[in-house]
Amino acid sequence: MSKTIAVIDYGMGNLRSVSKAIEHVAGADDRIQVTDDPELILRADRVVFPGQGAARDCMAAISNHHLNRAVLEAAQRKPFLGICMGMQVLMSFSEENQGTRLMGLFPGQVRHFPESRDAQGLRLKIPQMGWNRVSQTRAHPLWEGIEDQTRFYFVHSYYVDPEEPDLVAGTTDYGIPFTSVIARDNLFATQFHPEKSADAGLRLLRNFVNWEL
Amino acid sequence: MLAKRIIPCLDVDAGRVVKGVKFVDIRDAGDPVEVARRYNSEGADEITFLDITASSDDRETIVHVVEQVASEVFIPLTVGGGIRTTEDVRRMLNAGADKVAINTAAVFNPEFVKEATSRFGSQCIVVAIDAKRTSAEGEPAKWEIFTHGGRKPTGLDAIEWARKMVEYGAGEILLTSMDRDGTKIGFDLELTRAISDAVTVPVIASGGVGNLQHLVDGVAQGGADAVLAASIFHFAEYSIEEAKRFMADQGVEVRL
Repeated sequence: MSKTIAVIDYGMGNLRSVSKAIEHVAGADDRIQVTDDPELILRADRVVFPGQGAARDCMAAISNHHLNRAVLEAAQRKPFLGICMGMQVLMSFSEENQGTRLMGLFPGQVRHFPESRDAQGLRLKIPQMGWNRVSQTRAHPLWEGIEDQTRFYFVHSYYVDPEEPDLVAGTTDYGIPFTSVIARDNLFATQFHPEKSADAGLRLLRNFVNWEL
Repeated sequence: MLAKRIIPCLDVDAGRVVKGVKFVDIRDAGDPVEVARRYNSEGADEITFLDITASSDDRETIVHVVEQVASEVFIPLTVGGGIRTTEDVRRMLNAGADKVAINTAAVFNPEFVKEATSRFGSQCIVVAIDAKRTSAEGEPAKWEIFTHGGRKPTGLDAIEWARKMVEYGAGEILLTSMDRDGTKIGFDLELTRAISDAVTVPVIASGGVGNLQHLVDGVAQGGADAVLAASIFHFAEYSIEEAKRFMADQGVEVRL
């Protein structure tokens, strides 16, 4: 069956990479729409919510594009994949930009990485940029065919700290252990970039495109 | 733990890979798409394209190269060379690049780095620094920024410059030692370490790699977060997979 997959475009980040990767894994008759139209988002069969940049800019862009309601509704109703900032803004509050109120779908904070050192005593760089391991803390259809502890590509200075432990679906270590994946019902969201994570990332996207609730 | 990254770099001139790429099993070694595909399958953590096209008529070709590579290689892609305006940045990102490297334009107009990072985000702006040692033997080490392939000194101190670029929003520093570039005798480890200690963002070491031990040294002694090399991979002296296995055996955390 052909599906419509909306990739939400609110001017924050490199959507080209996300849509190309989805095109690569989607079926020939699936339609990928890169859009900021709330109606198209509400009508799509599944929704990808990417994002890069600062928290305040992202929130402003969501509001300027009148996307608040459509994103929240999609996030509660149909297969929904948040990526990077598209995961962070679902929480309630971020430390970024002297404190930024977020969309508030899940209670929890977005925090800045504390200063820390690696085993050799070298300061860990911020942003975390590169390939790190993800521990799958529970089974999920989107983990299918992906080994536990597989590396994915990360670029971020802030991480989510959800209040509800059952929201966590994956964790990663960068000086401290942090939540790198959350999942609930129809929603899955990753701090890493599956669209830039080679075969494992493509597998995750393929799992998302084929995810039956 | 975060893995140290291995980044092959391709010099592209008018849409073709130059400086010779030798793989036995690829049809057209000058085709950047084929070469990128090959590096991806060997486990490259990112790929960097350096556009060295001299003629402005041919500059558009790099955009097509990026478009083609981005539609089939799903790892981070960086493009450098000739990035002078926010419009150049936007074109590359739209074509599918994840990061752009700004070099000379940053030196002549540092505000451009501020502009680009505030508009597109620090995560996609790499500042490339070409540094050359200017201190004499026995003096405290000092490096200066050079432009035009290492021919023109700028009077800028490399460490101060790196700090300033990070302050202006650079998300990463691509550091090339002009003394070592092309020599195959290894990175300038003292320079790499000095810059890596001076800034909070990741540093990619470049210039001078001749063997796999050099890659290990860049990380272990230079403190680099990533290592970039061209010729050792192009001439198939070593595959990226071999490089990673060697590094892992020496205790470096890599993605295998």
